[in-house]
Formats: sequence, C-alpha cells, structure tokens
Amino acid sequence: MNILVCIKRVPSPGTRIVLSEDKQEIVTKNLGFTISPHEECAIEEAIRVKEKFGGTVTVLTLGGSLASEQLRYAMAMGADEAILLQTDGKEWDPMATSNAISDAVKSKDFDLLLFGNESADYGGYQVAIRVAYALNHHCLTGVKSIEIDEGQITAGREAFGGMEIFKIPLPAVVSLKEGINLPRYPSLPGRMRAKRKQIEIIEPIKLPGGIETKQFVSPPELGSHVEILGHGVEAVPKLLSIIKELGFIHK
Amino acid sequence: MILAIIEHNQGTLNHQSLEILSLAKSIDRVEVAIVGENGRSICNGLGKYGVEVAHLLLHNELVDYAPAAWAKSIIQLAHSIKPDVILAIGSERGNEILAHIAAQLNLPMAANCTKIQIKENNCLVTRIRWGGSLLEEAVLKSATYLLTIAQHLYTVKGELEESAVKISEWNVDLEDQDFVGKVVDNLAPEEGKVILTDAHVVVGGGRGVGSKEGFHSLDELAELLGGAVGCSRVVTNHGWRPHADQVGQTGARVAPDLYIACGISGAIQHWVGCKSSKKIIVINTDAEAPIVSKADYAIIGDLHKIIPAINKALKQAND
Repeated sequence: MNILVCIKRVPSPGTRIVLSEDKQEIVTKNLGFTISPHEECAIEEAIRVKEKFGGTVTVLTLGGSLASEQLRYAMAMGADEAILLQTDGKEWDPMATSNAISDAVKSKDFDLLLFGNESADYGGYQVAIRVAYALNHHCLTGVKSIEIDEGQITAGREAFGGMEIFKIPLPAVVSLKEGINLPRYPSLPGRMRAKRKQIEIIEPIKLPGGIETKQFVSPPELGSHVEILGHGVEAVPKLLSIIKELGFIHK
Repeated sequence: MILAIIEHNQGTLNHQSLEILSLAKSIDRVEVAIVGENGRSICNGLGKYGVEVAHLLLHNELVDYAPAAWAKSIIQLAHSIKPDVILAIGSERGNEILAHIAAQLNLPMAANCTKIQIKENNCLVTRIRWGGSLLEEAVLKSATYLLTIAQHLYTVKGELEESAVKISEWNVDLEDQDFVGKVVDNLAPEEGKVILTDAHVVVGGGRGVGSKEGFHSLDELAELLGGAVGCSRVVTNHGWRPHADQVGQTGARVAPDLYIACGISGAIQHWVGCKSSKKIIVINTDAEAPIVSKADYAIIGDLHKIIPAINKALKQAND
C-alpha cells in the first residue's frame, strides 16, 4: 500500500494574526509554524495503515523552501519520503494548488491519497476533490474513520449526530478530519533519521485564473457588553433568574 | 439568476440550507435545486421562504446521498437554465457538492463567503479565513460563479404566507460510476442523546474542567436544561471527551440559544465555533480570560463549586 499525504505549512493555531500595512499578507515574522491540524492526523493515519499493510508513506507539500520543516516533521513521525513543490512562498489558489499536485503525482501510482478536509488558513474545501477528478479516482471528504479491506476503503463521517458510511474502491482520494486519531509525537531517533533524508524538489508550473485575493480584513471587534454577575456561588441565584428569564426553566 | 441548492436527507429538509435564500434574493432572482424524488416532499413547504420555482432532479438511483451524482445532476440543470451563480450553504455537504461541481466543470469555487457582489465581468466575494478569525476579499472570473455561504450568518426568513411553488422536473442522465461514492449505511446517534449541533443549550467545558470526571456536573447541567455538552480542543487532546463533542475551527460550529462556557479561556479557534450563540454565559476563575469580555454574562469563580450549586438550584426549581 503506497500512500501519499498532502500537507500544508500554516501559522500555529492560537497565534494572533497581524496584517501587513497594505493588507496583502499576514505578518509572519514572529509566528510559529505547524502542519494544519487535519493533515497531521492524515500523516498519523497513513503511518497506521502502513504499519498494518506495509508499503510506503510519502508526504507532499506546496510552498516556499521553509515548508521543508513540516516535511521533515512528517518524516520524523514515520513518513518515508517527501516531495516539496517549491514555490516562492506566495499563496496559491486551490485550482493552481491541485493542478500542481496532480501533475506531480499522476505518474507515481499511489493507492491512497490522504488530505486534510480543509487547510486551517485558507479553508477552500476543494483541493482533494480536484486532485481526485484529475487522477480519475473516487473521493470521500470529511472522514473520521477508515478501514481498508481487499482493495476497498470504508469510511465514516459525522452526520445527523451519528455517522454516515461510504465505501469506495482503491486507488482513492480521502480527506480526513481531526479526531480520527491522536497524532504521535516524533521520537528522537525519528527526528535524527528525518534530518538525513532527501527531499525531492519539484518546481511546479502555476496555472493562471482561479480566485484572486485582493486584500485581507480583520473582522470587526465586538465591543464588550458583559455583565459580571458576581463571584463564586453567591452569584448563582442571579444566574438562575437570567436562565429563567431566557426561558430555559419552564416553571 | 441564482440557483440555490437546498439540502435534504431522504426527504428531511436541512433547515440551515435555507439561510442562503435571503442573501441570494437581495442579489438577484432565485430558483432552487432539489435532488432526488424523495426531495419532492419539501418543495411545497418552500413557498413561505419566498421560493417560486423549484427544480427537482430525478433519477432512479438518486436516493442516498452521493456527492458526485448530486453535482453532475446540478450541472445538467445548469446547462439548461444557465444560472449566473450556483450557491449552497457552507455545510459539510454544501461545500462538498460545490467542490465536485467545480472539479467537474474546472471552474473556481469560493467557500464560506460572507458577502457577494456580482459585477459585469467578475464577482467580488468576502470569505472567511482561519475559520472566521480573518476575512479575505477576492475576485472570481468564471462562466458560472460557484459559491458557498458561511453558516450561521444569515437568518432564515420564513414569515411569508404559504404560496404555491412551481415544481419543474428534470430527468438527469447518470452512470453507475457516479454513485460509487454514495452513503451505504447510517449509524444512528445514541438513543435519547441531544445532538450537539441541534441543541438549544450547549454547556461547553475547557481546560478548567480538569479531568474526564470533572465533566459529570457539566453533563448534569446540560441534562437539566435539555442541552448537550461541548468542549474545547484541549479537552479532546487530553481524551476527556470524544472529538465529536469538540466546538471550534476543527470541530463543530454551534449556534444554540444559550452557550454556557465553563473553564474555557476562549482562544480564537474555539470562539469561531460558538460565537453564533444567541446568549453566552461564562463561568471562569480568570476575569481577564478573552471569552469573558465577549460574553453576555459572567460569573467569576471555580466551576467545580458553581456548577453543582446551579444544578442543585435547577433541581429545586423543577420540583
């Protein structure tokens, strides 16, 4: 089973996002970077599938040279190989990104291509699906459980408080969501091995068109209107009358 | 003309997908697309939301949800009626169907828009980034604009009088291949469990809850109020709650009437998942926690003492 995992380098969740003066980009000078959360789970899932069935895990990203940091992290977790679709570090829109990925992998015969459901920063919800169509594979998204058996993948995703189940043949493209597993931390020997590994570098051609970003805007700050009901259990009667006023106690 | 996709599951309307109608109607004339014979039952009820024309897409196999087949059906309709925009709600299915349409047509798609302006040769959108902590203004040039609208942003307006909906039926041409990725089974939720995304009251717990056992009093509070328990990412990372309970950018987006945030500091990734709640009550030891200033009401103090006291008072009130 040869698995490809597509990941993205993004500023660490929880960091305060500051815009450049011309509002064209995020100021990244003081930010830490990480792998988009859904995709970190995709790396973990790929390693688990490999541990069960054998094969290789290849991790791929599109981005500037600094994105090799995230590829090495994935290799430290247990991925075998890495491909960097190296750009000048500017953001590519989902059509250009998916086109570059499918061009790079169409001759490589992966059985399973894993993605995150959406990147933490862009949130386009489409790269996996576009790659699936370009490679003529079936595709599932939003997946929180997978099982592989005899060339088929059974996948579950949350729906209506329960799960809905899909079943498609391999080769397949599947986008995963956080919660499918808890990703492992890289071991020290893993980190050492990852340092020495080669990264295959490809310079992709950027397709014109798609979505053109004009500028970024911070959402309006809401003015605070909080009413402090008090400190400790003494404030509970006040709280109760508010809950009652709002109609959540019927008597 | 805007073609708005109204979601349903086996004939049960996804009420949230109606959120797109008020925005769509402020831009242009709107017609809706509904996929499958089992969607027929929802067509007539759409009159009170201002729908005049519903296109019902029919094929023997269009029963269980199958994103590629749904997308292809909508594309066939669009070839005939030539909408300027195909619009869906930014739900899991909405984003998925639009992305399948975009991939099949090789056209751009903008997910989770908050504003749309159609110009002569292009379309300007504002869309959410970072799950909603940043906005992007962007331009699309396309033969058909493929857009989804962020959830919980526009309210469903249904105060119009019931009026007749013209149902226009289309037999679509689909192949077996289009149904390979269909839903083959459904696992029902635990019996009697209040579904997090449907709950009127959500009791959210964060790092301050401290342990798996610490959630007992939150569970009790949720039960007393007929609600569900949610949690922050820290909680699921510690294994205190299942990931299905997580509220936030990588979990569920909830919009209950009341959100009670207990021991949650309110990092932006959590806030984007609960900010659409109508009222927010915070219980937190730290008066300076970011979530306190964003709430409607706050009690400063230890949730492990305050929540049992609330539960006790609620039980007395119910007696």
